Parts: sequence; structure tokens; C-alpha cells
Amino acid sequence: MKKGTIKKILFYLKRYWISILLSVLLAAGTVISTLYIPILTGAAIDGILGEGSVSFDIIFPVLWKIGILVFITAICQWLLNICNNYITYHVINDIRRKAFDKLEQLPLKYIDRNGQGEIVSRVVADVDQFADGLLMGFTQFFSGILMIVGTICFMLSVNMTITFVVVLITPLSLCVAAFIAKKTYVMFRHQSETRAEITTHIDEMIGNQKVITAFSHQEKSLEEFDEMNTRLETASLQATFFSSITNPATRFVNALVYAGVGLVGAYQVIHGRISVGQLSCFLTYANQYTKPFNEISGVITELQNAIACAERIFALIEEKPQQPDADHAKDDLKAEGKIELSHVAFSYTKEKELIRDFNLCVTPGQRVAIVGPTGCGKTTMINLLMRFYDVTQGSIQIDGYNLFNITRRNLRENYGMVLQDTWLKTGTIRENITLGKPDATQEEIIEAAKAAHAHGFIKRLPDGYDTQITEDGGNLSQGQKQLLCISRVMLCLPPMLILDEATSSIDTRTEIKIQKAFGVLMKGRTSFIVAHRLSTITEADVILVMKDGAIIEQGKHEELLRQNGFYAHLYNSQFAV
Amino acid sequence: MIKLLRFLKTYKKESILAPLFKMLEASFELLVPVVMAYIIDVGIVNQDKTMIFRMGGVLILLGLIGLICSITAQYYSAKAAVGFAAKLRHALFSHMQSLSYNEIDQIGTATMIARLTSDINQLQAGVNMVLRLFLRSPFIVLGAMIMAFTIDVKEALIFVLVIPVLSVVIYGIMFLTIPKYKKVQQNLDQVLSITRENLSGARVIRAFNMESQEMERFHEKNDQLMKMQLHVGKISALMNPITYIIVNLGLIALIYTGALQVGKGILTQGQVIALVNYMSQILVELIKLANLIVTVTKAVACGNRVQAVFEIESTMKEEGTKSVVKTQDCVVFDHVSFAYGNAKEEAVSDISFSTKPGDIIGIIGGTGCGKSTIINLIPRFYDVTGGNVKLYGKDIREYKIAELREKIGVVPQKATLFRGSIRKNMKWGNELASDEQIIKALEIAQAKEFVFANEKGLEYKIAQGGKNLSGGQKQRLTIARALVKQPEILILDDSASALDFATEAKLRRELSEMQDKQTIFIVSQRVSSIQHADKILVLDDGKLVGIGTHEQLLLDCSIYQEIYESQQNNH
Repeated sequence: MKKGTIKKILFYLKRYWISILLSVLLAAGTVISTLYIPILTGAAIDGILGEGSVSFDIIFPVLWKIGILVFITAICQWLLNICNNYITYHVINDIRRKAFDKLEQLPLKYIDRNGQGEIVSRVVADVDQFADGLLMGFTQFFSGILMIVGTICFMLSVNMTITFVVVLITPLSLCVAAFIAKKTYVMFRHQSETRAEITTHIDEMIGNQKVITAFSHQEKSLEEFDEMNTRLETASLQATFFSSITNPATRFVNALVYAGVGLVGAYQVIHGRISVGQLSCFLTYANQYTKPFNEISGVITELQNAIACAERIFALIEEKPQQPDADHAKDDLKAEGKIELSHVAFSYTKEKELIRDFNLCVTPGQRVAIVGPTGCGKTTMINLLMRFYDVTQGSIQIDGYNLFNITRRNLRENYGMVLQDTWLKTGTIRENITLGKPDATQEEIIEAAKAAHAHGFIKRLPDGYDTQITEDGGNLSQGQKQLLCISRVMLCLPPMLILDEATSSIDTRTEIKIQKAFGVLMKGRTSFIVAHRLSTITEADVILVMKDGAIIEQGKHEELLRQNGFYAHLYNSQFAV
Repeated sequence: MIKLLRFLKTYKKESILAPLFKMLEASFELLVPVVMAYIIDVGIVNQDKTMIFRMGGVLILLGLIGLICSITAQYYSAKAAVGFAAKLRHALFSHMQSLSYNEIDQIGTATMIARLTSDINQLQAGVNMVLRLFLRSPFIVLGAMIMAFTIDVKEALIFVLVIPVLSVVIYGIMFLTIPKYKKVQQNLDQVLSITRENLSGARVIRAFNMESQEMERFHEKNDQLMKMQLHVGKISALMNPITYIIVNLGLIALIYTGALQVGKGILTQGQVIALVNYMSQILVELIKLANLIVTVTKAVACGNRVQAVFEIESTMKEEGTKSVVKTQDCVVFDHVSFAYGNAKEEAVSDISFSTKPGDIIGIIGGTGCGKSTIINLIPRFYDVTGGNVKLYGKDIREYKIAELREKIGVVPQKATLFRGSIRKNMKWGNELASDEQIIKALEIAQAKEFVFANEKGLEYKIAQGGKNLSGGQKQRLTIARALVKQPEILILDDSASALDFATEAKLRRELSEMQDKQTIFIVSQRVSSIQHADKILVLDDGKLVGIGTHEQLLLDCSIYQEIYESQQNNH
């Protein structure tokens, strides 16, 4: 599983192989020159023996060398950083783009089933986390390893015994870090569980503050909060404290290495095996050598995290897209509006069949109303007609063409849709109305808005048609949003209409006016109307009464009332006391 | 931000000891180069092996004491930071609960949740870091310089020169990049909002064939984000190389002047090595300090946001406690006007009506006409901006808020239930309610049947937000919850909208049969829901345009007639 993920990450990296190669070379250059400087410093110090025995003949050339090397190192480092940034941010950009493009191609089933928050966090937070991990991996993991290997080589070239001391003691620091990490992992998990618990409570209580106030429930909810808060405090303290031991502990190991080098090094100097300058060089190495170890242990957790994030992103990117349009699918259909459903069956989940053996024939221009209790399959019907979902059995035909043989784009062009769930995009009012017809003129827009009775309130907005709508139309009322959605359809004038509870948030007086406008619009257009208020559908040519995924009654309003069945019961109950 | 420090008061001891122990640790760290210099200058020169051995022991001992000091410091700082966060969280949660509807509208729920969760977490991390490092790093930088002075004044002058230059470079780059990182964050937010928008509007986008335009829009923002990231990256990439150059130039200077001083016999070889060590310690600490400043600025920003919430006081004042005299009148509105928050226009204006105990009051009108506003004024969720609302002859502002709300049961438009069993939810109305009382309430609310259709009955666990119930079921349960309270006044704010007509009719019948002296307000858009009320208030655009019974209004209120007809045609 993990291996697969790494392979996929490598695939994204492949495009940037030149940059990666450059990055490797630059890292190597940086490491070598960084490590060479202590040796030079040591050599310079050996030129400073004591009073009267300072040899500037040795010191000057060495100092020059150091100076030049420093500049080379700095430039390498700078280029390396830029190179790593370049690779990381480009890879991230690629991945994000791919993930988003995928979103537009996924079957709606996926979007409906997975929480929005979760998908958003994959595209944004997970990718970001992955970027951090990748960048850290490049900058620290790689140069860290080079640094360790390099240091050992350089040390070996000077003195074996001291190298031995360093190599023996350092792994201790890794062990300590790993030990603490393992211990604290449980504590961190405990902390984040408690945190999640308290967040849920906060979400619920603060999110419904108004209900709490209405029931004077504040004290009780504070009590519950305090109990969780106390537990969080304990869990947090443990996690924070134990994890913060890592630093002092590794620093202590560091001190051990330093003392060891000092001790053994001093003996070696006395025995004349190395010079004092070389000892100082070793002391610098001792400090540098443990640093990458500490960094790497940090980077490894970060990398694991990054890989876990990558896995989630790839799962999204690799999700099966909706079935592509058929090869020779019709692309230029201008529907007359004849719709035929034969033996349609559909289910969201395998266990529960929602619609079965559904048959219906709609002639062009017919007005079809669908009524029934919640969960009877009204909205599912709409989903199938628009091909948001595909039928599991049977077929739907428009003007004799099976839906599968028309491109989705062409099919949807033929529908005008107003949903109960009003959605507006961020942008101006104008942009929202012209969604289906971007090249509409101002006159056309105003006319459409007037037909939808939206012109009045739009005019009163600060910037009229150019007023910015905040995310999800926060500055408009539900009813106003619905009027905008209706204007959208009024502008496009598509051959077929779908109105799913299109006027549910509008007061009944305005609704009547809009119904009239719809009435004009629907003339000669096949239309489907789903409505809660039965008064809005009495004029339909045919009313389908649905229950449990099947049509149980079908006919005109008066006929159905005469039948005195389910519909009559529903209809009459709205006037009963 | 500074005001928030009061929550650290309980942890005074910890907040002082933590940095103190950190400084102790730092002092021991500063001694290491001196000991090493001693080994070289005395031990090696005199070839004194026992002395070297002893000094090696001293080095280990210094490390060990450092370890103990450091762990003590970490413990105290963790304790102070975590305790601080817990105290703050409690205070903030409790403060938020004291706010009235007006302030809740103003702040917004999402913001309040963010303040309570992520902001406080950030603050906790910030306090922890500050206690641990804020004294330590400057102490080591200064300490290293002072140690250099004790070794040799001339050499120390190099430190005096290098430290400011390093600081300027590190903090200069930081202050250059911080605002740019903010821009990166803004770009990222845009990417986030497009993604969210495309998910919530997936159906509309596909219905209008907007997929490719949306992709283009996303690609554009995504590229902008990348460009910004690369731009910032370029600047911050300068940090390491430049500091590296400065420190090493300082090193070269140290060795050169050191060599001169050694030649004159003022310094020893070991002391030069010690000076070189101090130089590299300074660099490490300055970089740590820079990271710390980033964390601290973030924490301060969070702290200011949290403090801002604390500064929002509930505008609702609680006053009198005079005993209640029951009069003939129940709820009376006397020329009441009200405007939300900073809104210029009044949501309702000049509303006057009176009710008697036991009345059923219907309120009808178009979207946004002020129906819910009127209802919200009765339990004092908002305070009127003009006129007054009286209950039993007394201004509701003279009641204790808890006492007032005790009398009123509200069923809000949005059916909200909480995690926990149905019984627990029902007991919100009345902590002491017996199962019989609850079942009776469920029965009236037409909920008994479906509650007991499940074998768990009252024990049935409701998921967060009532996700495992249908809209209609939730609505019926919220009605039952208000009934369990047995309030003197029951308010149904369009609470039956998700019920089918048959169920709603049954509910209405049960309610009218049940009530003894209970006053009921019913808000609805449907004439059928309110036509049998004792009194119907007709609202239009915030004004009361009709008041009377169904029959009266049909005769003399044109708006009521219009509403009625709009719902009756074809009948």
C-alpha cells in the first residue's frame, strides 16, 4: 500500500527530474564544503601555537581558502533552496489541479456520499501537509543523510579512534528520540481524541446557542464542558510534557558525544596522534553530526504524515470518474420534449432499491407534477432525468434517444433546472443570472429578472446587478436566492424544465406571480414539477403520486380527487383542522 | 492580548520557574567551551591525563545538570501553558453562553467555534514556547558575548559587531516575508473557497455545463498561489546562506585577530577555540529566536481575537425581581419597534396587540415580513428598540431572564436536537419530567408512534444534529420538548413546515384540546394552519396590517384575502 503511494509520488516527481538531479548535486556540494571548513579552521588553529609561535604563513592562505569556500557554500545553499521550492510547489500545483479536475468528473454519487468538508480538506489541507513533508524531505532528510555520511568520511580521514567514539555514542540519541516518540504517540492520540470530543461538544452547543438560551440550559452545558475541559487539560499536559523531553534528552546525548570527543581527543593529542586544530575540528563535527540525526527523526514523522496525506489525495484522484459519454453520442439534440421511461430501476445502495419498474411516457409540452411523502423518490427521479445518476436497469429516452447516447452536455443544455437547494456562486448578481448564457445582453438579463420578480429587490441592492454575492449568498434571504435561481432559467429558455420545490421559500403571494411567469414559460415545454404545496400543481397535465419508489396514482387533479385515494387524502388534509 | 495573561495568574509559580530553569540550563551550556579551553590549554599542554579525565567528567556533569534543569523547565512551562488554555477555554465558553441573540448574530457561530478551538490551541503552543525559549535564546546570545569579554575584550568586539548584523539580516528577512506569507494564506483561502463552492454547487454547475470554466478558474487561482509561494520562497531562501556568510566572516576575523593576540601572548590556543564555539552557538540561538517570533506573532493575533470576544458584553441587562401580579392580559405589545444589530431599517415597527391567557394567536405574512422577529421578542431573545412588551401587565425587562423563559416554550423554525437519548433531549424542558409526562408530550406532538416503533424507545440515541432522524421527526420531537416544559406560553415558529398536511392537522387538533390556560402562538405561511386561531395577526413588510379572526380578516384585510386566495385557488 505504502509502496504504491511512494511510486505514485515518484511519478509526479518524474517531470522535474532535471531539477531533482540539480538539487542532489547542489546538496552534495553544500555538504562537502560545509564539512571542509572545520578542517581548514583546524589547520588555521594549528598555526596558532602560542606566544611567539604564530605562523601567518600557514594562517593567511587557509583563511583565504575559508573565505572563498564560504561564498561557494552560501551560493550552493541558496540555489538548493530555490530548487527545492521549485520542485515542491510545482508538484503540489500539479496534484491540486489534478484533484480539482477530478472533482468535476466524479459521479455525483461520490460527492453526495462523502462529506464536503472531507473532500475539501483533501484538496486543501492534505495537499498542504504533503507539501510541507515533501519540502522538509528534500531539504533536511536528504542533506541530513549526506551530512552524516560525509562527516563519517571526513572524520575517518583525520582519526579512527575518535570517529569510533562518535559513531558509537550518537545512535543513543536516535534510540532516546524513538523511545520518547513511541511513548508520546499514545498520549498524543489520547489528546487529539479528547480534543475531538470537546470540539464536537463546542460545535453542538455554540452552534445551537439560541436553543440553549431558549431553554436556559447554559449551566448544564457548561458543566459538561468543564468535565471534558479538565480531561483535556490532563491529557494535554502529559502529551506536551513528555514530547518536550525529546529536546533536552537529545541535547544531553549531544553533550555526551562532546565530552567523549574532548576526552579521547585530548589523549590523542597528548600521544601526538592529532593536533589541537584537528581536535577543534572534531569538536565542531561532534556538534554537527548529532544535528542531522535529531532532524531526521523529526522528518521521518513528518514524512509518514505526508505519505498518509498523499494516500488520501491519490485515493481521490484515482476515484473512478463517471462513465464517459459514448463514442458516437449525439451532441446537437434540440429536444422536442418527448420523454419515455421504461422499466426503470434505481438504487443508491445495493441493499435498498429505491425505484423499481418505473414506466412513464411524457408527450412534448406536457406538464408533469410529482407529489408524495418525503423519501418517496421524487428527487431521485430528477437525478435520473438530468443524468446526475445513471439508472441501474431499464432506460430513459428523450425524443427516442436513449440518455446514454446523448452527451451529458447536450442533455443538460436541454433542461432548465431550479432546485430547492439554492446555490449561488461567489461573484456578481449578473454572473449568477448569466450562468447558462454568458453572452446575454443587459436587456435580456433585466427581462429575465423581471419575469422572476427579482428585478425589484436587485435594483434596491447597493450596486444593483453588479452587487457582489458573498460565499453561498450570505447577504441574501432564502427567498431572494430562489428568485435569482429562477431568473437564471428564465434567461436560458431551454426546451424542458425541471422545478424541484422551486418556490418553497417564497411567500405565497409572490409565488402566485411567479407561477404565472412559469405558466407562460412552460407553454409548449415539457416540464417536471416537484412541489410540497399541492396548490401549486393543480394545473398540471398529469400528476404522478409516488410512494416508496413507485407510482401509485396517476392522472389529472380532478380525476385523482374523484378516486378518493392517497392524493385526495393528502390534498384534503391541508384544509382540515 | 495582555489582558488574557490574567489566566496565567494561577500559574505564577510555574511561569516564573520555567524560564528560570531554562536560564540555568543555558548557563551550564555556556560553561562548556570554557572547560574545553581549559582541557586544551592546561591538560594537553601539561600532559596531565588525570586532569583531562576530571574535566571530561565535569563536561558530562554539566550536561546532566542541564538535562535536569531543562526537564524541570519543560514540566513547569507545559503545566502553565496547558492550565492557562483550560482556564481560558472555560472562561470563553462561559462568556459565550451569556451572550444574547444580538451578539450571537454579530459574531457568527463559525467564528465562535474557531475562537474556542484552534485559536486557543495556538495560544497554548505560544505560551509554552515563550516560557521555554523567550528568555533562553537572548540569554545565550548575550551570555556568549559576555563570556567573550571575559576571555578578551578585543576579540569580544567582533561579537559586538557580528550580533547586530546577524539580527538585522534574520529579522529583516522575517519582517519582509511575514506579510507575504499572509498573502499566500489568502491565496490558499481562495483555492479553498472555490473547491467548497464546486462541491456544494455540483448539481447546478453540471446542469449549466460549467465544468470547464470552473476548472479554468481553479487553475488560475492555483497558479497564482504557486507563484506567490515561489516568490516568498526565494526571499526566505536567502536566510541561511547570508547568515552562514556572516558567521564565517566573523570566524575568519576571530582567527586572524586571535592569532595576533596569541602571538603577543595575551591569548592561548584553547581560548581561541572557545571563542569559535561561542560564535556558532549564537547563530543557532538567533535562528531559534526568529522561529519563536513567528509563533509568538501568530499567538498574539489569536489572543487578540479571543480578547475581542471577551470584550463583547451581553447588551441585555437584567433588572427587577418584583413579584408577578397576574392581570387579565397575557402578552401585550405596545408600539413595539425593533431593528437588528446595525441594520438601518427596522425589522418590525409600531406593533401593538394584546392577548388573553388561553388564546391561540396566529401570525401570518410573506417571507421576511417580521413574523419570527415578533416571536423572538416575547422571550426577550432580543430587546425591543422602541415601545415595550408586557407579560401579565409587567414589562418583560423587569423579569429575571430565567424566570421569564421558564414560562415560555419555544419551538424554533430549525429543528435542533442534541446528541444523547430521546429522553435526555426531552428533559431539556424539565429536568424532573417523568416518563409519563414525556410520553404524553410525544403523543400530543404526534411523535409517540415513531419513537416507540423503534425497540429502544426513549433510549434511542440521537446522532449529532439529529442526522439519524428525518426532518419531520425532528420537528415533532422539538415540539414535544417544548411541551414537556409545560409552559404558560407556547410558541410554534413555523414548526410544522416539514410535516405533511394530515399530521399537521392532527397535531393542531391535539394542541387545541390539550391546552388549559395555555397561550399558543402559531407562526405560519399557510392559512390553513392558523385560520382557527382566536386572533390572527397579518404582517406585511414589518407592519401589522390586519388583526382579527379569519372571518373578520377575510372581510376587511386585503393582504389576508390575497394570501388566502393564493392558497385556495382551484379548490
